[in-house]
This record gives sequence, C-alpha cells and structure tokens, in this order.
Amino acid sequence: MTEPVSVLTQRYDVPDAHTLAGYERTGGYQSLALAFDQAPTDLVQQVKDAGLRGRGGAGFPTGVKWGFTPRGAGKPTYLVVNADEGEPGTFKDRELMERDPHQLLEGIVVACHALESERAFIYLRGEYLWPGIRLEHAIAEAYEAGYLGKDIKGSGINVDVTLHYAAGAYICGEETALLDSLEGRRGQPRLRPPFPAQAGVYGMPTQVNNVETIANVPHIVQHGVEWYRTMGTEKSPGPKLFCVSGEVNRPGNYEWPLGATAREIVEVSCQGMLDGRTLRFWTPGGSSTPLLTGDHADTPMDFDAIAEAGSLLGTAAMQMFSDRTSVVEAARNWTKFYEHESCGKCTPCREGTFWLSQIYDRLLEGRGRREDLDLLDEICDNIFGRSFCALGDGAVSPIKSSLAHFREEYEHLVEHGRLPEGIESHTDAVDHNSGHGRPEQLVGT
Amino acid sequence: MSDPSTNGSGPAETIPAEIRAKAEEIVGRYPVKRSALLPLLHLVQHAHGYVSDAGVRLCAELCDLTKAEVGAVATFYSMYKRAPMGEHLVSVCTNFACHVRGGTAVYRHLSDKLGVGHNGTTEDGQFTLEHAECLGNCEGAPVVTVDYLNYEGQTPASAADLVDRIAAGERPAPTRGFPPEGIRAVQHRLAALGPAPEGEGVVAEAGHASDQARATDGAVPVPESGPGLAPVTVEPTFSEGQEAERARAREAVREAGQDPHEVESGAGPQAREFPTTDPDWEPPEPGASAGGDADQEHEEGTS
Repeated sequence: MTEPVSVLTQRYDVPDAHTLAGYERTGGYQSLALAFDQAPTDLVQQVKDAGLRGRGGAGFPTGVKWGFTPRGAGKPTYLVVNADEGEPGTFKDRELMERDPHQLLEGIVVACHALESERAFIYLRGEYLWPGIRLEHAIAEAYEAGYLGKDIKGSGINVDVTLHYAAGAYICGEETALLDSLEGRRGQPRLRPPFPAQAGVYGMPTQVNNVETIANVPHIVQHGVEWYRTMGTEKSPGPKLFCVSGEVNRPGNYEWPLGATAREIVEVSCQGMLDGRTLRFWTPGGSSTPLLTGDHADTPMDFDAIAEAGSLLGTAAMQMFSDRTSVVEAARNWTKFYEHESCGKCTPCREGTFWLSQIYDRLLEGRGRREDLDLLDEICDNIFGRSFCALGDGAVSPIKSSLAHFREEYEHLVEHGRLPEGIESHTDAVDHNSGHGRPEQLVGT
Repeated sequence: MSDPSTNGSGPAETIPAEIRAKAEEIVGRYPVKRSALLPLLHLVQHAHGYVSDAGVRLCAELCDLTKAEVGAVATFYSMYKRAPMGEHLVSVCTNFACHVRGGTAVYRHLSDKLGVGHNGTTEDGQFTLEHAECLGNCEGAPVVTVDYLNYEGQTPASAADLVDRIAAGERPAPTRGFPPEGIRAVQHRLAALGPAPEGEGVVAEAGHASDQARATDGAVPVPESGPGLAPVTVEPTFSEGQEAERARAREAVREAGQDPHEVESGAGPQAREFPTTDPDWEPPEPGASAGGDADQEHEEGTS
C-alpha cells in the first residue's frame, strides 16, 4: 500500500508560504549553499543519478537533458521554465506557483548554477493572472533578499529572472513553439534538430523545463539522491503531483510517489467517485494521453507501467469519468479543443482535426453512418506520426482509444441516433469555430 | 490572414506618452527587441481594449517589424482581441472536466442572459463573453473567470448572479485573488507592469463600475514608479472551505511553536528596478550557429 508524500506540497498548508518570510521559516532556500559548493557538472550528475524525469509530459530524464548543454562555448545559456500549463485536466503548476512560488525560484537558481546560466525566463500562461502576481511578488522579494540578481549570497553567481506572460495558445506548451513565442513570433513548433539545448531561444543553448521538474531540484540537492529514490519506482523515482478532476468527490492536486495506482489516489485522496458512481474511463495524463478504462485502475502511475497499459503518464492529469458519461461526447469535446488549438503549421493536424470534429457532430446529432467509425480511424492514422509535433498525436489519442475500448457506444449512436440508456448528455458541445465564419462542410455527400 | 488594424470599430486611437514610455521600458527588458512583442500587445490592450491599429504601429516601430508581422502574431493568440472588449471579460471553461459538471450549461445561460455569443460584447459595453479552453482550474469545475480571476464551482444561476452583481458595481471576491478591476487594468498586469495607475487606459466615460469601486475602495495599490514590481497588497483569499479541506487532508509541516498566523505578513517588498538587459549578451551573428540559420529562415518566412 503506497502512502501519499509531502515534498513539493509540504508548504501548501502554510498560509504565508508564498512570502519570503514564510518560505525561509519553513526551510526554504537552504539548498543554495549546498548547490553552490558543488561544481555545475556534479549537480547535473546528481540530478541524473536521482533519476528525475521531466514532469511536463514527456518524462525525459532531466539530468540527461541538462547534459546536452554545451559548456564553455562562449555563448550565454538560457533556462526557460515552461509554465504554459494548458493540457486539459492539468492544474498542478498553477497551484504550486500560487502557494509556493519561492520553491520554483529556488529551483531556478540551482538549475541556473548547474547549467552555468545567468538568465532565466518563466514563460507563464497568460490566463494565470493570480499565479503571475504571486510570482512577481516572490521575484521582487527574492531580489531584495539577494537570492536573485548579482553575486547571490556572496557566491559570485548571478541569476536574473524575467516573468513573461503569454497570450493564450495551447501549442506554446510544446518547447520549440514556446521558444518561438518567447521570441515574439507565432507559437509554431520548430524542426529538430537543432535541439534547444544547442540552439534554443535567440539561437543560444537553452534548457526548457517544466515548473514541477524545476521544483524537484532543490529537494534532490538538499536531501540527496538516496532519499529521493526512496519514493517511486526504479525507473520513475520521486514524488509526483497528480491532478485529479472529473467525477470524484474531492478533486484536487495530490502528491504521491510515482507508481501509486489510480485506485489508491482516488479512494484515499479523493474519497472515491462522485456519489459512488462507477469509474468507466479516465485520462492518466491529460486529454492527449490515450483513455484507460475502469479495468486499468490498478495500474501503477509511473511512466513505464502506464506506457505498458497503452497510454502515457503525460502531466498526470487524471480526469475520471463514470458510467453515466458519454465517451463519445468526451472525444468530441477534446477534438474541438485540438481543432481550435492546432497551430496550422502542418496539414494533417490542421485539416484532420477539422474533419474529425465534423464527424463527431454528425454522430452525436443522430446523423452518424456506419462507415463513419472507419473514417474516424482512417483520419486518425493519417494524423498520428504524420504531423509536425506531438499535438497531432495527442489529438487522436482520445479517439483511437475510445474506439478501441468503447466501440459499442459509437455503434449504438450510429444505430439508434442517440446515446445508450443510462448515459446522460451534458448539453450540446460549443462550436469553437462559430466565431470564425467557417462554413459547415458536408462530408462525403 | 486579416490585418487586425482593419477590424476595430472604436474611435481612432492614439498612444498616450505614458503608454509609449512603458512600451519602451518593456522592450528594454529583453535581450532581443522582438521578445517584447507579447507583453507589448497586452499593453496595447490595456490602452485600447483590443489590438488597435495605433497599437500595431507602435509594436512594429519598437520591435523593428512590419505591421503585417505584428498582425500575424496578434491574430495567433486567443487573448488578443480584434474588437474592443467590454469593461469585463467573462470566460467560461467548457473543456470536458468542466463540461461534465455543467460548464457548457453555464456558458449557454450566460450567453442567453447577456445576449451575446463567443467573443461578443454587450451593447452597454460592460461584458465581453467567451468560452474558454481548459483554464487549469479543474478541481473547481465548472469555473468562470472574470478578468482572469477565477470563480470556482459555478452553476448557471450563480454565474448569472455574479454578472448581475458586477454590473451593479459590486466587487464580489473570486476564489483566489482580488475582485475584478476591469480587463484593461488586468492587461497592465499581464504586461508585467503591476497594477494599473488609476484612470490610465480607461475610456473617459461616466459610470464605469471599476472607477466607482476604486473611488470607494483603496485596496488596489498604485505603483510608485518604474517597471511594475510594485507591492501586491491584496491578501490571498483561498476559500475557507478549501483551506479546511486541505488541512484535513494533509499533515501540516509547520514546525512546532511557530504559528504561521502569528508571523507578520503583508508588508510587501519595495518596488525595485527590474533587471533590464543582460550586459554580457551579444546578439547572435547571422549564420554563426544552426540557430542563427533557423532564425534567418524565420525572418524570411514571416516577412
């Protein structure tokens, strides 16, 4: 039986943890001295040894990624914190920045030392006004106290942080699109290579790391690799913020070691499904990760076990839905999301999401045809692996997985023109493109 | 790609001197001018309530871009509006975690009540309504934001009441943060300039609810000067129920004998000079690296 842990969330109950006074009183900024005593490359090795994997979705080992940063090239290196949290169902970084912004800043200072970088940008989702205000306040306090700026606490180390509010584009969570956006361009992904570690923002070596990833770093430095590895699994060590939402009694961010099961998290932390409903389908890591079913509730929530179960851990955004909820409606809702958020750079994603959305409208309006199911499948196959970035792959995840697990609901819709007994519609979907003046197009008629 | 400069229905705007000064200050924050474009567009919306033609010209001038390049960026991001927003921006999350708890029903109800659709503005100019993608507040679903401040757990009736109260000049507190001060004031914050000075960026008309509220409520601080990091004096307002639930759910880590409630709080830091430029940084030479090449291609692609 796994137990919840309290590492990243250890100050969530301290009312003034967002202030410097509250943060210092509860042991904040103590990793700096330990970090400054080490050579940058040793710090990178420590993060590598701890096995920290990126918390933004891909799960790439952070220490390995840091190791790609060229040193002594005579160019500035930048750290860009990806705080463009937009994956549907994800709200972990928001709460972390609201409740404990100094934790992120401490991580930034340590990471900058490890990367020999003197400049960090926090690319914050534009809608995150309150987290942004909390961060601005924290940045100002940290400068005042000498935790940021020139010659931090007499170490000779300089770190400047710039908070950058974005302007509402899901694609900018993709790291190369984020860099284009930070440079003042349309947020469209770049071709890799070159990878950001070699040529990122302004063509300089750049590390892009998620908020939660950076927040893990001071804890590793302060308490050591051995302690860090007491949590989680061999290949996915450490604590993780799980964002649980949907039809559960107590939605929220809960911190468990990686490898806890969805059942444990929902039963213990969320006090079960809403009104005792039965879990029917859920996303383990946001809407871009293939849906799992109630039968998968005992799968350990770590990168490898979830991958074995046919999905991805993603951002660990667990959206839990019951047997009263239509999976086809869910797929339509998310398809319209991806249609809206497709950046338009590549054809499979831009056009594919548009046509998929029309087929879903037809199905749910009782105009579905039997061949529509194969058509959905075929369009998905033409997007998956054929689009420029992972947005296209994410867009087809809910569709492919719902077709695989819940084909009978699709067939019922085609046959009877309505949802099966016991499944309620949650009112019509909103058409995102209604304001864009795009005409409705008929498919194959 | 339509040019946003052709979309405005408002009067021919001009850029006041204080806005230009702030714009120049924002540009100075970044190693490369163009990086300032997103914050600059927020500043333009602070001044005019949308991406105005004058604002596009200002951005183009300060970032060494063409108007078309600025327009291409402005039309990419959903927070930049191509017609003047009302005094408050009401956003309703309709993504699925909110949807199953009634988000779309809330949106439909507000749409009917206000008589406008997505990105529509009421005739009296008080509200612009939009349905939004996941606002990152799924634990409080369904969520409505007013001027990007979150009101959790809404129903169609409570959201209608919220809008009515704001229309009547009340300042209902959101789940976290401070009462909405108007979308233009918030745009000043999104340019990372801190709270907006009183009256700036507000069209001189009688009856603006936020003006009345400011006149009676000194809670919204005015920055002393300079770039934005003015103290935030508004105290957090996590709801009591939420705090209590968390307290029950978790083991507190407070050290014995240190009651956080006794700790002095509130006194914010002094406004300080924001680090503007990186003294050691030199612009990349075109062709000096793979990234430089990519950069060149970009320029060609967007010109």
